[in-house]
Formats: sequence, structure tokens, C-alpha cells
Amino acid sequence: MAPPTGDRRFQKGGIDIASFLFTGVTGLATAIILAILAIILVNITWHGWEGISLRFILSGTDQDMFDVEKAGVLPMIVGTSARVFLMTLFVIPVGVITAIYLTEYARPDSVYTRIIRGAVNNLAGVPSIVFGLFGLGFFIGFVGGELDLLFHPDNPEPVWGKPAILWASLTLAVMTLPVVIVATEESLKAIPPGLREASLALGATKLQTVIKVVLPQAMPGILTGGILSISRAAGEVAPILFTGAAYYMAGYPSHLTDQFMDLGYHVFILSTQSPNIEQTRPILYATVLVLLLLTFTLNIVAVLVRSHMRRKMGQGH
Amino acid sequence: MSTKKAPEKADDTSSATKEEGHPARPLIEVDNLSLFYGQAKALKGISMSIREKIVTSFIGPSGCGKSTLLRCINRMNDLIDNVRIEGNICIDGENIYGNDIDPIALRKHVGMVFQKSNPFPKSIFDNIAYGLRLHGMRNRTEIEEAVETSLRQAALWDEVKDRLNSSALGLSGGQQQRLCIARAIAIRPTVLLMDEPASALDPIATARIEDLVLELKRDFTIVIVTHNMQQATRISDETAFFYLGELIEFNNSTTIFTNPGKKQTEDYVTGRFG
Amino acid sequence: MQQVETEIKSLKETILKMASLCTKVVELSIKGLVERDDEKLMEAIERDNAIDDLEVEIDEKAFTLLAKAPLAGDLRLIMIAIKASSDLERIGDESTTIARRGLELSKEPQLKEYVDIPRMTKIAINMLRDAFTAFVTGDSEAAREIVLRDKEVDRLNKQQHRELAGFMVENPRNISRSLHLMTISKCIERIADHAKNIAEEVVFIHEGEDIRHSGSAPTSSSGTSL
Repeated sequence: MAPPTGDRRFQKGGIDIASFLFTGVTGLATAIILAILAIILVNITWHGWEGISLRFILSGTDQDMFDVEKAGVLPMIVGTSARVFLMTLFVIPVGVITAIYLTEYARPDSVYTRIIRGAVNNLAGVPSIVFGLFGLGFFIGFVGGELDLLFHPDNPEPVWGKPAILWASLTLAVMTLPVVIVATEESLKAIPPGLREASLALGATKLQTVIKVVLPQAMPGILTGGILSISRAAGEVAPILFTGAAYYMAGYPSHLTDQFMDLGYHVFILSTQSPNIEQTRPILYATVLVLLLLTFTLNIVAVLVRSHMRRKMGQGH
Repeated sequence: MSTKKAPEKADDTSSATKEEGHPARPLIEVDNLSLFYGQAKALKGISMSIREKIVTSFIGPSGCGKSTLLRCINRMNDLIDNVRIEGNICIDGENIYGNDIDPIALRKHVGMVFQKSNPFPKSIFDNIAYGLRLHGMRNRTEIEEAVETSLRQAALWDEVKDRLNSSALGLSGGQQQRLCIARAIAIRPTVLLMDEPASALDPIATARIEDLVLELKRDFTIVIVTHNMQQATRISDETAFFYLGELIEFNNSTTIFTNPGKKQTEDYVTGRFG
Repeated sequence: MQQVETEIKSLKETILKMASLCTKVVELSIKGLVERDDEKLMEAIERDNAIDDLEVEIDEKAFTLLAKAPLAGDLRLIMIAIKASSDLERIGDESTTIARRGLELSKEPQLKEYVDIPRMTKIAINMLRDAFTAFVTGDSEAAREIVLRDKEVDRLNKQQHRELAGFMVENPRNISRSLHLMTISKCIERIADHAKNIAEEVVFIHEGEDIRHSGSAPTSSSGTSL
């Protein structure tokens, strides 16, 4: 067999312009995004750093919100965390069950299924302020009003039918429902049908299969949905505007009907209603920084839990 | 070629015997079974007797209905939309398509092993314990014993006894398939259905599965779908050849593979089509 | 499988080629004997080499095919190919023996007129031809019938032996030629046996029934079906 004689079949044939350009463009896009992110973070940190201190994070505020000396955001941290936590309690079960129904039980071509899917998709596109109005009208006005009629007919003051952390959390839950449903559905679909078959062939019912085999494997995906919904909800202000956020509260929310203070709402108030914008700017930025840190922490915790689960499941894969 | 003169199998004097001179009795009676996917008829009036504690293989080209028929025996076809069954299948005298039959309960007695091994992403122990717990076993010691028994029967015990709590996904392909077999036999079904169990495995793993099948037939009635004719000659006692949804020929395996009665069977077995 | 089909075909053709050659060699050796034509006898001996070569070729082809794990008709054909090639090779050897004895005989004056020997040979050659016709056409009825003809050859062989024994007793100078002729007769009887074997093997290919060593050849087995 004669060796290749000066034949350039396998050698590099010069520069591939298209690939080069493509790599360049995608690299550039990535760089731009990272740059934007960096700019935002740096800006916030820069301006907020002077306002941040342990006292800031750990103390409450006196009557005067704009007093730089005495401002503290602990009540807002508690309020934000509480409403996010409550929201999770509502949104994850409902979202997961809906997703399970859509993936495991519903017939793909039935009218019901199509209606539900349509509703989920549309829900995802509704502006957050509309959710706020919905929360006001439905949860506070209707549900709260009925509850008051039922349990407190003689009380002139509304007990349930007013802004409260319960209603704010529910509103947020409704808003982030599509996220959880979609994330759960994706993770359910990613589970090979062979696993379900194996379970059924052993004499399990569909329900047993879902609970014992499918759900445990879908957990990481469900957690992803949870993480996404937390991230979104932590920073949302419009839905809680009318449904439970308070400008100032003396203590902490202790009952579901209580209002709460909130980091995002605090930023809104500070930036639109402050008498002395120069003075309050540091508080503003510091509050935003705290909000970012809070969201970041919540995410990290959830991600850690998820990766722990993944490791347990996929050992030796 | 000349017309064939091979003797047809007479009904009760099958040459598949369990002990010397005692013909194995029929366990599964398929009676004029037809299956429709919507309008399409996938199985056309199949009638056959599958005998107890032997290995029966289903062969035929792709789409001939052998896997479909297999899945009728444990009513896995119920899970597909738009499927309609006519006729019936009796196991040990009971019509499994009768109105009072619960398919879930049926599957306790008719186990299945699939082409692509599908262990749960749990530990080896939990994979096998799954079925046991499903059917009410609670006592830890009992479960442990049952797990060991079925792993031994599946010729896997020695390889995994030190790592029962590690993930099943860490096993090799052949080991995973043996695990799936152990999982299926742990609940002690009467019948074991195997849908091309070795087709995704290398020759050595395949040989181990084949040896396993020959061992298992002492305790279970085995029906196996296979594409590999040499495998069918090696491990099955009786063979049924299907084509386009019909049962073309059913006889003891030696006859089917050395001297089949129908030309279609001869053509398929010698690789002239399919 | 295309490849296997081609190889099976090639195997069949080689078997037929060998059969044809064997038939010719048998004819040649008897003709050479009867006509006392040494040239023909030498040619017969010479040609046996080709027969031996074909046996090797057939065995190789069959062996290669066997590794491909054939089934049913293909499997039976291969089994027969191996056996038939052996039978045919022996026929070639027997013809060589006949030719060699024929060469010896032509050195001496002819002992008697050759009657039985050509008659036996004719039957044997027909058996051989018909066996391979049945092999090709698949007519296993005809193959079964061939098996019966062997008896006639046996009878003629015994008859010839008695006649030659008589010659030997009559005159000691006849002994050497008689012995040669006895051997030749025996060779032809064996050739017929090999042809019978081949006929039995043909029945096996086509019916899957092994009728060897069954005493008198039974008629076809329609009795064991339903």
C-alpha cells in the first residue's frame, strides 16, 4: 500500500470562516450578557455598600422610614421570606399535581387537556399587575369577604377581607403556577416510559407507580421549578401591592391575616416617596442588595438540596 | 422443492415433556384471540396452548404480532389507547379477560422482563423489595431473604451481595437485565414473559441469560420473544412462528428449526425473508 | 440472507459436479475393462484425483457454511453434502480399484465373456444418476425406490462369485483372473451401496426422515400426521 503522496485529503484546508464567525458572535453575545450582569451587580454593590451594615440587616425601623440613621430592614427580610415560603406551600403541591395529571393521566387529544394547557400557557403571559388586581378582587374581596360573613358577621372591621400575607402569597402562587407546572412536566416527561412499564408489570397501580417510582425521580426537576418560582416571586412587587404589603408595621406578621413589610415594596416606597432622595439613595441600594442576597441565598439552599438528591439517585451512573 | 411431509404435532402428545414420559400440561390457552389497534387488526384469531414449565418461544419478522401477543398475556396492552380484544386467554382455566378479573392482580402472577433493561433508579435491594412491598411484605427479615433468594436464582447474588445498597444503575447491562429478572421472579409469578431479553447484550451476557432461562424453567413457565433463531433453538422447547398477525406454525423447536412444515416457516428460519 | 443462499447454491453445484465426474469414472473403468482398453483404464485412475479434490472442496464449503449456523433445509443440505462427498469419493476409489485390476486382467487372455459385471454396473450407475436427479428435483419417492434396486446388485454379485468360484475350482490357472474379477464385482456392489446411501440421504433432505438402516425401505410416512 503506497503512502499518501502529497495528497491533502486529511490535512487542514485553511480557515473555516463560517465557524470562526459563529464562534465569535456567540462568544460576543455571552460576553455582553455577562457584562450587563456585572454592571448591574457592581452598580448596586457600589452604591449600596455604604448603607449595608449588620445593624442594617438585623434591626427594624422606627416610624420614620427615611431616617438614614435608624433604618433597618429586618422586618422586610422576614416579610419577604415569609410570603415566599407560604407561596411555595401552595404552588408546589398544586403545580405538581396538575403536571402529574397532564402527563400521566390525561388523554393527549381530549378537550379537557387542551383547555388546561391553554389556561396554563395564558396564565404565564399575564402581566404581574393584573395578578395584583386579581388578588385584590378575588381573594380579598370575594373569598375574604365570604369568610368574614361566615365567621365574623358581627365584626364591623374586615378580618379576612383585607390585605394580608395569606392573600399575597396565594396571588404569587397563582402567578408562578405555570413555571412549576412546566418544570414538573418536563422532568416527568424525561423519565423513560420503561420505568413505568416495569412498575406496572410488577402489579402496581398507576397511582403507586407515580408515587413510588415517577415522583422520586422527578424531584430534581420539581425542585428546579420551585427554585424558578422562588426567584421570580421574591422580587415581584406588583402582585403584593394591593394584597398585603405594608408601608410600615410596628411588629412582625404573626397571623395569616396580618400584613407584612417587604424588601421590594420598600425600595418602591423609598424611590417614589422619599423627601430627600440624596439621603435615602444609600438605603435604597442597600435594600436592593439585601434583596439580591436573600434571593441568592434561597436559591443556593434549594440548589444544594437538589444536587444532594441527584447524587443520591444517580450514584455510580 | 417438494411438498413437506413433516408430521404435524398432534394435540396432546407433545414431545415437550417435563419428566420422562409425562407430557407437560397446558397452562395458557389462547382461544381465537384477535387484537385491534383502532381499525387495524394486529392479531388474527390466534389459538394455541402454551405448556407448563417449559420454554416457549415466539419468532417471526418485525411487526408480526409476537410482542403484541406476549403483552396480551399480562394485559399490558390494556394500557394503550384504542386497543380492542376479541377472544380470550385462559391461564390455569381462568379467563384473564373475564369481567371479574383485575389486571393489577393478574400481573402478580404473570411477570415480564423487557428488551431494554429498566431497573429503578434505586438501590439493588430496593429494586427487588419494590415488588415484595407492593404485595404486602413488611417484615424486614422476610424481605431480605426473598431478595437473596431471587438474586441467587438470577445468578447475580455473588456479584452484588456486598453492595446491595448501591444504585442499580451502577451495574453493567447484563447485570441490570439479570436484576430485572430477579425483580420479576421475586414475587414468584407463575408465568415469566420475556420480550427479547438479551437483544441489547453482548454474547457473553447473552449466554448467561440463556443459561438462566434454562434454570428458571424448573420453576416458571417461560414465554420468550426472540429475533435470534439460534437462541430459540438453544433454549426453547416449543416454538411458535408468527407472520402478519397470524400463527403460522407451532411445534417443538427441533422440528421447527430442522424440518418445518410450512414453507413460510422454512423461508423465515433460513433467512430468505424477514 | 443473500450470501448464504449463494453459498448453498454453490455447494449444490459442486456436489452435482462431483457426482457427474464419478459417474463418468465408473463408466470409464468398466468400459476399459470390457473393451480391454488400457488407455481408458489409465484415464479412470487419473481422473480420481479430481474426485478427491472435489471432496475436499465440498467439505470446506460445507464447513464454512456450518459456522454460519444454518437451519432447516440449509442445515440438512450441509449434513448431506458432507456425507455424500464421502460416498462419492469412495465410489471414485472403487473405480480406481476396478481400473487397476482391469489393467492386470488385460495382460492375460480374457477368462470369460463379461455379462454380469456390465449388468451390475448399469444398475449401479443408474442408481447413482437417479439419486442425483432426485436430489435436484426433490422427488423423494423416486429416491426411496432407488434403495430397493440395491438388492438386485447384491444378487448379481453373489451370482458372479459363485460362477467365478466354479472357474477357480475347475482350473488353478484361472485363479488369478477369477480373483481379480471377484474384486471387481465386489467393487461394483460397493458402488451400488454408496449410491443407495446417497439416495437415503436425499430422502432425509427432502422429508426430514432418516430411513437409513431401517431394513426394507418403508413407504412414505403419511401415517403419523393428525
